[in-house]
Amino acid sequence: MTATLSVRNLRVEIPTRAGVLRAIDDLSFDIAPGEVLGVVGESGAGKSITGSAIIGLLEPPGRVAAGEIRLGGERIDDLGPDQMRRIRGRRIGMIFQDPLTSLNPLYRIGDQLTETILTHERLSQRAARDKAQKLLEEVGIPAAGARLSAYPHQFSGGMRQRVVIALALCADPELVIADEPTTALDVSVQAQIIALLKRLCSERGASVMLITHDMGVIAETADRVCVLYAGRLAEIGPVRAVVKHPQHPYTHGLMSAIPSLAGDPDEELAQIPGAMPRLGAIPDGCAFNPRCDHAFARCRAERPHPYSAGASDAACFLHDPDPARRPPEPVARAAAARGIAAADETPEATS
Amino acid sequence: MTAAHTSPARPAAPDQDAVPLVEVGGLRRVFDLSKPWLNRMIEGGGRVTLTAVDGVDFSINRGETYALVGESGSGKSTIAKMAVGLLPPSAGRVSIDGTDVWGEKGADAMRRMRRKIQMIFQDPFASLNPRWRVQAIIEEPIKAFGLIADPKDRAARVGELLSLVGLDARDGQKFPHEFSGGQRQRIAIARALASDPQFIVCDEPTSALDVSVQAQVLNLLRDLQERLGLTYLFISHNLAVVRHVATRVGVLYLGRLVEEAPARELFAAPKHPYTKMLLDAVPDIEMEGKERLAIAGEIPNPVNPPPGCHFHPRCPFVMEHCSTDTPPAHLVGDAAVRCHLFAEDRAKTR
Ligand SMILES: Nc1ncnc2c1ncn2[C@@H]1O[C@H](COP(=O)(O)OP(=O)(O)OP(=O)(O)O)[C@@H](O)[C@H]1O
Ligand SMILES: Nc1ncnc2c1ncn2[C@@H]1O[C@H](COP(=O)(O)OP(=O)(O)OP(=O)(O)O)[C@@H](O)[C@H]1O
Ligand code: SF4
Ligand code: SF4
Ligand SMILES: [Mg+2]
Ligand SMILES: [Mg+2]
Repeated sequence: MTATLSVRNLRVEIPTRAGVLRAIDDLSFDIAPGEVLGVVGESGAGKSITGSAIIGLLEPPGRVAAGEIRLGGERIDDLGPDQMRRIRGRRIGMIFQDPLTSLNPLYRIGDQLTETILTHERLSQRAARDKAQKLLEEVGIPAAGARLSAYPHQFSGGMRQRVVIALALCADPELVIADEPTTALDVSVQAQIIALLKRLCSERGASVMLITHDMGVIAETADRVCVLYAGRLAEIGPVRAVVKHPQHPYTHGLMSAIPSLAGDPDEELAQIPGAMPRLGAIPDGCAFNPRCDHAFARCRAERPHPYSAGASDAACFLHDPDPARRPPEPVARAAAARGIAAADETPEATS
Repeated sequence: MTAAHTSPARPAAPDQDAVPLVEVGGLRRVFDLSKPWLNRMIEGGGRVTLTAVDGVDFSINRGETYALVGESGSGKSTIAKMAVGLLPPSAGRVSIDGTDVWGEKGADAMRRMRRKIQMIFQDPFASLNPRWRVQAIIEEPIKAFGLIADPKDRAARVGELLSLVGLDARDGQKFPHEFSGGQRQRIAIARALASDPQFIVCDEPTSALDVSVQAQVLNLLRDLQERLGLTYLFISHNLAVVRHVATRVGVLYLGRLVEEAPARELFAAPKHPYTKMLLDAVPDIEMEGKERLAIAGEIPNPVNPPPGCHFHPRCPFVMEHCSTDTPPAHLVGDAAVRCHLFAEDRAKTR
């Protein structure tokens, strides 16, 4: 089956006075029809830039410098601005962190929805308005009919995000890109919005690229997860495998550092020393090597590309099929709290 | 990465004989949101007030961590500001080591008390003056309280504080922008420690940080508490984080403490429907597909909160009198719960 979205060897560059920065470097992944792919990583890892590159909205001077992006098998990275505009909204729906960036504060909610519907579909004004109301009902806005004439500021944050979801889905896109859709919302509202997004996309068979720094949201929502580090792929695989049996030392560190509601609260949290490097200062070889306690000489000289690792792919020499080229003696990790298997252990088969 | 290890157990249950260092009683803060008087005269419209904190009581024992959790607008930061003396309460009191933070007293007593209290904020960048070197930032409280007169000794103390928070003594010569978010939060912690405080209020100290860095800062705060015997008021909307730091927890909803309990008890057996809902809303990283309480609605407008129990429009257990009678705090085991469901224990009501 053709992937809904296919990203191959993507490189995004940002020219600056200090030189050309590689915000995304040799990134490849696919999203299958109906699949939810979670994209996680620390602040600055390149999550949003990946999303912007796909929808053709990279902020200049950022540019796609290499690689291919395909939607339903067709290349979209080389399309002109007009063609790209038609794809956005119709074939790719977008949801951002701050609902107010997607809503015009001066227009009534109903008018914004109706207008968007009319740009994608040939309907009468009346039919478009009916469809708008149906959409608002579907995203759980009470008294939707009356709410059509409200302005965005008359809605709470959670309601606004519901409207944005309605907007993103109104043309039945094949892909929805949601960038931190719940980060600005209250804890009790986040869960509602995530559940809504997941339900509506699966009903419509839309694929989702869910960008977030919250591994918990990913664990609950995604089918597969892609972990980014300093603009590069660290690990990609089925969500259960990545969460329970992380294969890349960075993913392993990340998972162990997350405080959870299970386990012994008195146990100190595992921590990764140091911080992710800035784009201008990515070390040679593996970008993670200064923070990795598996690092060996090769990691400082050569850049690891994804190797098959258990159910996942991990960009780490620990998984080089040639044992002679792996680190001399992998340090046995104390299995962290919550039974996360160490990165150098053989994973159990995952369903 | 550092493998997890068990640190010496913290005091699990509140010690019966422990003396509270911080006592907060009947704390209340009302904000006036009315238009200026003249505009009201011309445009009409009455007085509009917002009760951000509505009769909050709790105490914190020496060397323990009291966590306040709640969603945006529940009054966490307002309580924090009143506790450190940055914002006067409308009613109620805060005392530290027996001295009223807002009481009448001489400048000397005030200074002595202020020295004991410090605060760490959410945004480690906004809270550090970008034009000052780290050295100057950290020694500011030492100078302000006249603790060390000799500049050389002061510099030595700054070096000591920097290494205490895991930075290099030479980092004092750098500017805040040369550091990552987690390192900046370490600088803020070093500054907070400079006046040898006993009580530190941490308002969302890791909310702006990535998880891998959050773990570093949480471990550091815990380590410093053990070494220096610090007492914390720890504010967060993240229950999983709170579980890792708190001895006792207070859950706020629209300015009221709806549940207050030892941390272990709160997480093992939450009682108030809102606490249960909050716990259920935490994404399940364990992937166990746990059963959840359905969550409905959003936090109402705090200017005119629902009458009776503020939570009643969202509560799955709502009863008739919930919308008219404000629930008092019922004692259930070691917990205090403001919910009519626990009224059977009326005899033990506070
Ligand atoms: N115009 C620009 N000039 C220089 N660097 C830039 C520019 N825009 C983005 N970057 C850098 O590109 C990197 C990736 O940014 P991106 O916004 O994709 O991060 P992110 O993973 O979405 O992070 P966050 O979780 O904070 O949203 C960052 O290091 C950022 O500083
Ligand atoms: N100076 C002020 N003037 C008017 N209203 C205020 C002021 N400060 C806070 N408020 C209001 O008081 C309520 C409590 O605010 P507070 O900042 O204490 O909440 P919080 O629990 O810290 O929320 P957050 O998680 O968003 O930081 C909010 O409704 C807020 O709008
Ligand atoms: S390639 Fe080397 S440095 Fe990079 S994660 Fe693997 S072991 Fe660590
Ligand atoms: S007092 Fe009533 S409405 Fe409030 S939490 Fe208890 S049962 Fe629910
Ligand atoms: Mg982003
Ligand atoms: Mg606050």
